[in-house]
Amino acid sequence: MTVALESVLEIHPQVAVRPETFGALAYHYGNRRLIFLKHPDVVTVVQSLNSYPDVQSTLSACGVAPERWPSFVAALSSLETSEVVRERQIAS
Amino acid sequence: MSAKSLVEEMKRGLDAPICLTWELTYACNLQCVHCLSSSGQRDERELSTEEAKKILDDLRDLQVFYINIGGGEPMVRRDFFELLEYSVANGIGVKFSTNGAFIDEEKARRLAAMDYLDIQISLDGVDAATNDAVRGEGSYDMAIRAMENLKAANFGQFKISVVVTRHNVSQLDQFKALADHYGAQLRITRLRPAGRGADTWHELHPTNAQQREIYNWLLKHGENILTGDSFFHLNALGESLPGLNMCGAGRVVCLIDPIGDVYACPFVIHDEFKAGNVRDEGGFAKVWKQSDLFLSLREPQSAGACASCGAFDACQGGCMAAKFFTGLPLDGPDPECVGGDADEALSIISRGSEPKPSMDHSKPVTLTRTKLSVSTAS
Repeated sequence: MTVALESVLEIHPQVAVRPETFGALAYHYGNRRLIFLKHPDVVTVVQSLNSYPDVQSTLSACGVAPERWPSFVAALSSLETSEVVRERQIAS
Repeated sequence: MSAKSLVEEMKRGLDAPICLTWELTYACNLQCVHCLSSSGQRDERELSTEEAKKILDDLRDLQVFYINIGGGEPMVRRDFFELLEYSVANGIGVKFSTNGAFIDEEKARRLAAMDYLDIQISLDGVDAATNDAVRGEGSYDMAIRAMENLKAANFGQFKISVVVTRHNVSQLDQFKALADHYGAQLRITRLRPAGRGADTWHELHPTNAQQREIYNWLLKHGENILTGDSFFHLNALGESLPGLNMCGAGRVVCLIDPIGDVYACPFVIHDEFKAGNVRDEGGFAKVWKQSDLFLSLREPQSAGACASCGAFDACQGGCMAAKFFTGLPLDGPDPECVGGDADEALSIISRGSEPKPSMDHSKPVTLTRTKLSVSTAS
């Protein structure tokens, strides 16, 4: 899937996020991959995804300036590929 | 943030280890000639089940995602499954290393039924002769039987873990084929002169030409081969291998030994690299966060004699443990420096004068060592 501002995402339920000074470490218990979230703002956004309707409203709520949105969408795309985030499941 | 500055951050240490090795017992049914922990006999001070669970509680609170369990042979502990289940129930994934002796059909099914569990079967040769010369008679058949049982139980992708020696470098393709046959993933790691490995390293470590072979083979296979990032000293040969190019000791990794002592990494069981004990007040968390040793390892390290070498950024001066146990200074080249910069220093260190491991749990009869000399001579 391609992540866009209107995408509806959630943290993958098998992923744990541990804050670190550089950002955070994310660990996927399913594929056992360790992923580095290399900026604290990305961590805040990832952890807020479940609380807002879509990517754009999450970015707004986290105080990310619109000119930075493209780079955040790119970061979320890469996190979607590594299964740290995924399309929100209706059941949850 | 660039990859390089991320590594710089990691060198300053993390709030909790990324990957923690926990040797559950010094007891072992084998007596491998390169055993990092000189295992064989159980230590009477071994942590109890309750103490072990307390450590797991601490690791859960620190958000340690997974642990590497080893030994000795961890499956000889009677509470092995109890601890596995307790760990997984607390959100701590487990990868354990075993020689496979105790993975019969029933245990294989039990292991296959568990989530968040990874198994590494140790194997140091694709045939019994090569493997058993290092790991002891019968150990090849033992490992193969365990793999068969895991496959039959549909465990899924386990790992075959190989310590690369002078005698098995030529078998790398065959190890890969063996792993593919079992639907397993291949993991190869560097031989360290730690534990009993200190006694056999000079005879077993890959030659300089073989190190190039390992490097080229790893480059060719990329991220499909796991290495625990243990070959970063080879990065001096050119393009970097996948993984974090740094020594993680006391920064992102550490070792808890069977009696609760905390060391900087699994390859330095020596008083000089002991940070504390989990039985001390404050437990593991305090040792990790406040021990003098770990704090000093998180300070910028001197490149020393390597400072003028153009390859230092690539190889980082290599492995601290490898230098220490071969008697080399820590701020100089790795004994397996691919540029040969340690050769002269190594040649003047008299054998036997190197630091010795602080503890030895080897069984009294050193049959395996005799066997090694026989088999390598033949």
